[in-house]
Amino acid sequence: MIYLDNAATTLHKPLQVEQAMLDALRTAGNPGRGAHEPTLHASRLVYAARCAVAKLLNAPDPSCIAFTSNATQALNTALGGLFRQGDHIITTICEHNSVLRPLYHLREIGVNLSFTGVDEKGRLRYDQWEGFLRPETRALVVTGASNVTGNGTDLARAAEFAHRHGLLLIVDAAQTAGELPLNVQVLGIDVLCFTGHKALLGPQGTGGLYVRPGLSVRPLVVGGSGVHSFDEQHPAQMPTALEAGTLNVPGLAGLCAGVEWILAQGVETLARREQALTVLFYERIRDLPNVKIYGDPEMTPRAPIVSLNIGDEDSARIADILWEEYGICVRAGAHCAPLMHKALGTAEQGTVRFSFSHFNTEAEVLQAAAAVRELAQEA
Amino acid sequence: MRIKKTYVVLSFHTTLEAMEWEKQCAECGVPGRIIPLPREISAGCGLAWRMLPEEFEQWQHKLDPARYDAVAAVEQ
Repeated sequence: MIYLDNAATTLHKPLQVEQAMLDALRTAGNPGRGAHEPTLHASRLVYAARCAVAKLLNAPDPSCIAFTSNATQALNTALGGLFRQGDHIITTICEHNSVLRPLYHLREIGVNLSFTGVDEKGRLRYDQWEGFLRPETRALVVTGASNVTGNGTDLARAAEFAHRHGLLLIVDAAQTAGELPLNVQVLGIDVLCFTGHKALLGPQGTGGLYVRPGLSVRPLVVGGSGVHSFDEQHPAQMPTALEAGTLNVPGLAGLCAGVEWILAQGVETLARREQALTVLFYERIRDLPNVKIYGDPEMTPRAPIVSLNIGDEDSARIADILWEEYGICVRAGAHCAPLMHKALGTAEQGTVRFSFSHFNTEAEVLQAAAAVRELAQEA
Repeated sequence: MRIKKTYVVLSFHTTLEAMEWEKQCAECGVPGRIIPLPREISAGCGLAWRMLPEEFEQWQHKLDPARYDAVAAVEQ
């Protein structure tokens, strides 16, 4: 099997991730709910995970990191907890439904939205931002990279625009945390939402958000906190404010191991490896007849994704043949980014998405390119 | 019940603060340990750091008050 669906979830994890999760299952109590050794051990595991993520993102303090079950929950928390009726938000058509649907929900309560378009290669139309501004504009909400095309967002440019106009900058880093170097302090990001199971190499069921110190996010969920049991209000201090209920300690132990492994290797090193594999694949298929590639694989920054179609064949059929006949795992269809597909003209056909990991080999990438070549010749 | 002794107990705003405190104390050799928050400090749940009074006196100059919530003498 050749696994090239890493933008959906990374399958190949460091062995330390498995071991950390097993150890936690066998040894961890409920974090912050007592002071015997198993519960303190659980609290220490969560603290270590918080420190590791804070280091990866260059957050000023581990208390800026609140854990959730995935990026969707983090995005719902951030978007649901910062805006009110009458506010206006600038976002992009590149967004995943994990951003779009919370935004549509806000629109139902009177929050207005503007959507930044893209050019023919799926590159963001940054020039549109100034024209969207209104007195009530409160935030710029952008993805770090499109999960359809892999095209990255120029976050320095986004930050400059947001800061110049007093807007919050909220980043969906589902495709970029662990994938590209991120520095929330240098960029001046207000909220960054991440998932654990993709490039951070943790298990599914983990994610979280960085919240800039001083920014208060209303919690999406309130309840058990381990502190101040007799207060009717959920504690306001980060990270407790956004972490009601028992955390996924085995998952966070795995996430911690994944992030520590990334830190030991170096994000830049891993990113270079992935970009090299992406370019290798792209160069082998870009001139093939009947192959249409979406996005701009030559731009930087970008996530290690190449999306394509072969003739007018249904992307689902191509993905199925790749699996059945070649043992290659890719994703087909709409990738939960409906506005992007409409802009690319792939709402009907979807796209076949190849997404690479630094654990992939050149031989695997070349086999995938050869499979595309064969299918393109048949089309 | 067994005879009680007097301890100095430090409380924290969050579990994270307690974890940071424990780590720093271990690194600096500050004596003490994490205990369940005594009711004298708060009628709730949570974590606290317990030291002997003489240990607290010895180390007080190195303990940053910004890193804990409150300090109290507690019979335990």
